[in-house]
Amino acid sequence: MNAKEIRKLFPILNQKVNGHRLVYLDSAATSQKPIQVIEAIDRYYREYNSNVHRGVHTLGTLATDKYEGAREKVRKFINAKETAEVIFTRGTTTSLNFVAQGYARNFIGEGDEIVITQAEHHSNFIPWQQIAKKTGATLKFIPLAEDGSITVEAAEQTITPKTKLVAMGYVSNVLGSINPIKEVAKIVHRYGGVMVVDGAQAAPHLKVDVQDLDCDFFAFSGHKMAGATGIGVLYGKRYLLEKMEPIEYGGEMIDFVELYDSTWKELPWKFEGGTPIIAGAIGLGAAIDFIESIGIDEIREHEKKLVDYAMERLSEIKGLKIYGPKQRSGLVTFTMEEAHPHDIATVLDAEGIAIRAGHHCCQPLMKWLNVSSTARASFYLYNTEEDIDALVQGLIKTKEYFGNVFSG
Amino acid sequence: MSSLDDLYRRVIMDHYQKPRNRGEFEDGALTVNMNNPTCGDRIQLQMKIEDGKVTDARFTGEGCSISMSSASMMTEAIKGLTVEEALKMADLFSRMMKGEATEEEIEDADLGDIEALQGVSKFPARIKCATLAWKAMEKGLREQPN
Ligand SMILES: Cc1ncc(COP(=O)(O)O)c(C=O)c1O
Repeated sequence: MNAKEIRKLFPILNQKVNGHRLVYLDSAATSQKPIQVIEAIDRYYREYNSNVHRGVHTLGTLATDKYEGAREKVRKFINAKETAEVIFTRGTTTSLNFVAQGYARNFIGEGDEIVITQAEHHSNFIPWQQIAKKTGATLKFIPLAEDGSITVEAAEQTITPKTKLVAMGYVSNVLGSINPIKEVAKIVHRYGGVMVVDGAQAAPHLKVDVQDLDCDFFAFSGHKMAGATGIGVLYGKRYLLEKMEPIEYGGEMIDFVELYDSTWKELPWKFEGGTPIIAGAIGLGAAIDFIESIGIDEIREHEKKLVDYAMERLSEIKGLKIYGPKQRSGLVTFTMEEAHPHDIATVLDAEGIAIRAGHHCCQPLMKWLNVSSTARASFYLYNTEEDIDALVQGLIKTKEYFGNVFSG
Repeated sequence: MSSLDDLYRRVIMDHYQKPRNRGEFEDGALTVNMNNPTCGDRIQLQMKIEDGKVTDARFTGEGCSISMSSASMMTEAIKGLTVEEALKMADLFSRMMKGEATEEEIEDADLGDIEALQGVSKFPARIKCATLAWKAMEKGLREQPN
């Protein structure tokens, strides 16, 4: 794949920021969108905007076909068995909260264990912490290895016959570590528990096969994979989704409504109360087409090269510390002796380089790393070695800038 | 990097490097904890209040050059002010950050080192860093018993 050519498909990247060519290194927060996705959403509003699953008019049928067509694209993309297992949500956060409210709250109780890790994003942390508090279940943490990664051995030692649910990120948004989901799922299943996967940083960057992973729930967001904000997916195994009560009651999700009781539509619509995120879903379908036209494995290879190059170049900078394992996804989190992460981000921004600084929604992990804040550069298919060279230049400037101020 | 120089004035870096009033009081003092949830900056501010006057102030915490230097300057500035005067200064500072304070006002207030923080108003993403310590001071003084 040719990242320079791909870059041209992203209108937003063709601009100057603070007088410099925009170098966008914050795709782990949200990715940019290619023209194909922008146009697919635009076309829906211009040509066939209608509600879905209602009425019989032509535009309504077209919108329904496109919306359900997007669901089939998602199904294929993650290799779910059937579209009944693909629920459109607002994003990873909503998907994980659905599992917490719809599943965990009803099927987990006192004496049971919920197992997570200290490396989780807040959206895969707080729901379990709160469910444990409400149900009286015990919250347990798989200890992290020295580099922050999660080993199968550590999981084996933490998960017990009492463990009803394990929730784990596939790829860490801070450390870039790629966790052994398939192996951990095996352990959980041995004891009859369910495996919940936060796939927010995985789905955009590497091949996800939910049947091969054999996870029970898998959550991800469209906006991190070239789609719009406000659309995401919850995959769940049919027998679990069948067991769950609906989470939001209202239109679209009902079968018959009587005065004192109602019945629900079949899956997946049982979980899609109200007018769904039609444009977002259609945009996600277009994003998947786009990713597949390039190839998810090619994207992974490209990012691997970029991150290896970035690690090599960044380690040349004295006083710069990189967090996380060597084998990683396309992001690098670091701190610098001379400057606080915010100050780094401000100096880089003046050079047109966008990075993230802060706790990255991972306060417990920051505590574990013993830092209050870090800087993170994250890559996607449109990034090039040139972008990393710009980052290195910018960091050297930052170092000099703060170094001078201090010595002067 | 001329605009960066507007942000990182020498005075600011001086306070960052050699923070004034950093530490804690051994005996009791009015204590306020505040953090900036979006970025992890946090501050503990302590103030001694006697007869409606701030007689001393100290802070501890973690954060960027802007948040820590601002805390250093603020604690220097409020010592000796009445509660009312300190709150007035907090209000002026907040408006200064939003670019709403007039030159006259700023001059009249005789802010000293704090004037160097004016450049922050041109960096919207950093205003919250500068105001953290001031917000803590405001909260403490508004909620104090008398
Ligand atoms: C690992 C991880 N999990 C969950 C989320 C939450 O995703 P969203 O904000 O789209 O719900 C993110 C994104 O910030 C993430 O990086």
